[in-house]
Amino acid sequence: MKCSRRNFLQKSIYGALAVTLPLTAFKILSPGEAAAALKESNLRWAFLVDTRKCVGCGLCVKACKNENEIPYDTPVTRTWVERYVVTRDGKTRIDSPNGARDGFTSPEMLGEKIDEKEITKAFFVPKLCNHCATPACVQVCPVGATYQAPDGAVLVDRTWCIGCGYCIMACPYGVRFFHPVHKVAEKCTFCYHRISKGMQAACVQACPFGVRQMGNIKDPDDPVTKIIMSERVGVLKDEYGTKPHVFYLGLDERVR
Amino acid sequence: MNDIIVHGLEWTSKDLFTYPNEFIYWSIQIVMYPYMTGLVAGAFVLSSLYHVFDQKDLKEIARFSLVFSLALLPVAAMPLLLHLQQPLRAMHPLMTPHFTSAISAFGIVFLTYALIVISEVWFVYRRHFVEQVKELAGEKGFGLRMKRNIFQILTLGAMDIEPEFLAKDKKAVRILAGIGIPVACFLHGYAGFIFGSVKANALWMSPLMPVIFIMSAVVSGIALCMLTYIIIMEYKKLKAVMAKGMGDESVQVIRGAEMEVISKSSRYLMSFLVAAISLEILDLIFRGYTAMKSWDILRSVMYGKDFVNIFILQYGLGNLVPFIILVLPGRTLRRVTLATVLILFGVFMMRWNVVIGGQAFSLSFSGFMHYHLPIIPHSLETFKEGLGGVLLVLSTPYILFYFINKFTPSLGGQREG
Repeated sequence: MKCSRRNFLQKSIYGALAVTLPLTAFKILSPGEAAAALKESNLRWAFLVDTRKCVGCGLCVKACKNENEIPYDTPVTRTWVERYVVTRDGKTRIDSPNGARDGFTSPEMLGEKIDEKEITKAFFVPKLCNHCATPACVQVCPVGATYQAPDGAVLVDRTWCIGCGYCIMACPYGVRFFHPVHKVAEKCTFCYHRISKGMQAACVQACPFGVRQMGNIKDPDDPVTKIIMSERVGVLKDEYGTKPHVFYLGLDERVR
Repeated sequence: MNDIIVHGLEWTSKDLFTYPNEFIYWSIQIVMYPYMTGLVAGAFVLSSLYHVFDQKDLKEIARFSLVFSLALLPVAAMPLLLHLQQPLRAMHPLMTPHFTSAISAFGIVFLTYALIVISEVWFVYRRHFVEQVKELAGEKGFGLRMKRNIFQILTLGAMDIEPEFLAKDKKAVRILAGIGIPVACFLHGYAGFIFGSVKANALWMSPLMPVIFIMSAVVSGIALCMLTYIIIMEYKKLKAVMAKGMGDESVQVIRGAEMEVISKSSRYLMSFLVAAISLEILDLIFRGYTAMKSWDILRSVMYGKDFVNIFILQYGLGNLVPFIILVLPGRTLRRVTLATVLILFGVFMMRWNVVIGGQAFSLSFSGFMHYHLPIIPHSLETFKEGLGGVLLVLSTPYILFYFINKFTPSLGGQREG
């Protein structure tokens, strides 16, 4: 066969296409096929926070940082507690010193002293990853390093994350950050390494007041599911369409 | 390796309530990324106006802007590499692209575009390569032999330069430039989509974002080509003056040709500028009029702490002033130079106000974050994402252009393109 330049170029293009084809063929799956591939799981983790019981001691934050090896003295944290103080003039003040790792030790908020008589209501709100049903962070990850397990937990593959930060930008709840040591996206995993072995999440176990609970929302007999199904619960920022799975009892409209 | 570094802590200061994990994660390199892609796209569009739409008045600058966009091309990806926390994994998006992500296709779009630019340059300069090979045929010196070898490789073995083959080249250039325009717009509109689709960010989320990005890209690209062209021609003029004296004919020729090119390009510059500003103002008015939940905090950022950045530096100094300069009759080279510098600055401020401004307020809408650009680096991170990184990115295209231009001379302008 005569190998002209035209011939050679043509063959090279076919060759290049042939090499890339198997890669792309793996990726193009219709949503239906993808759903069929992942077997319907009968487990879906959900979290319940009873804000009415929270006293802002910060033991959950402390436990989380130790359990999940987030450098203790850095400001970043997988979970944190916010303090809300509403005064008679209608103003809301919010703070979370050091993520409330050491609790709320000062009555001052952001350097401001508030007159006790002026306060109409005050409460604490623990925050963590919402493990959304349609997580924005998973949608935007360019390499699929962050993914959702069949039981609903949103996780990060530390060996594959490129550290672009797009997921951090996409999360409306601000739960993501770069791990100070591993330099990849980091977030609350519901203590996946513990719950998948039948243990409690570190924060759930550390809370002395039973503020934090976890359960399987697909099991109607689960005590947590029973509360979610029978009480008036709220979720954070549902306007983003992410379908969060951390449910709050006693959620105030001022909570951001 | 195991240093404890909280990314963003170095350059972020907080005001009122922000979530503990909120920092300015996307810093100066993400300002540079759309800025540089914009310059590439704009430079290419300018050259295509000649190759596709036969805008004869742009002939001189078209050749230069094509080669310059080739020099800018690798630099568009550089900020991303400097920004990544795991730069060694930069190729992962090509290996396991997750197509629901707006940035997963960056490599694909970018490489497609790169192929188009490279092939177009090749078709434009094939004749030159062949001529060089023939010219250097009998040379003895090692350097010249090497040079000939390089040119020989560059021809890819296509040595025919009879008129019929050159006509084919020309046709290929036209087709490539034609495909290149939508791809260049896509490359850049896509950068806009990356921001516009972040629903969590009240400032970024807008369907207008891609179009705004394209328009301002073309504006900045044309401005940069004009500015670089002026600088290089001024240098040539200076050389001619030094060699032959002020009154020499060649000096006048250069001066006349230069002014002609510049005043014709500035017409295109102005029309794209108007389009860009109109869209940006539309976006602003729409936000104010619909006044969604986020408007309170956006307003306090835009009309408050970022007022100088947005309205004085971007719209005023970066858009309005150069527009007036260009519109006023009796255009001079000096004034056009000033206008292009201001426009480049204005587009940079636009990128800055989008990227940094979008992170200037907390997701809780209850607090603010301020960005402090690291000037003097004291770690790799403060170099990469500081002034050092910016200067590196800004200077690289010129260094590349110097070398590329050795093989594809784009500033002589006698030959038929």
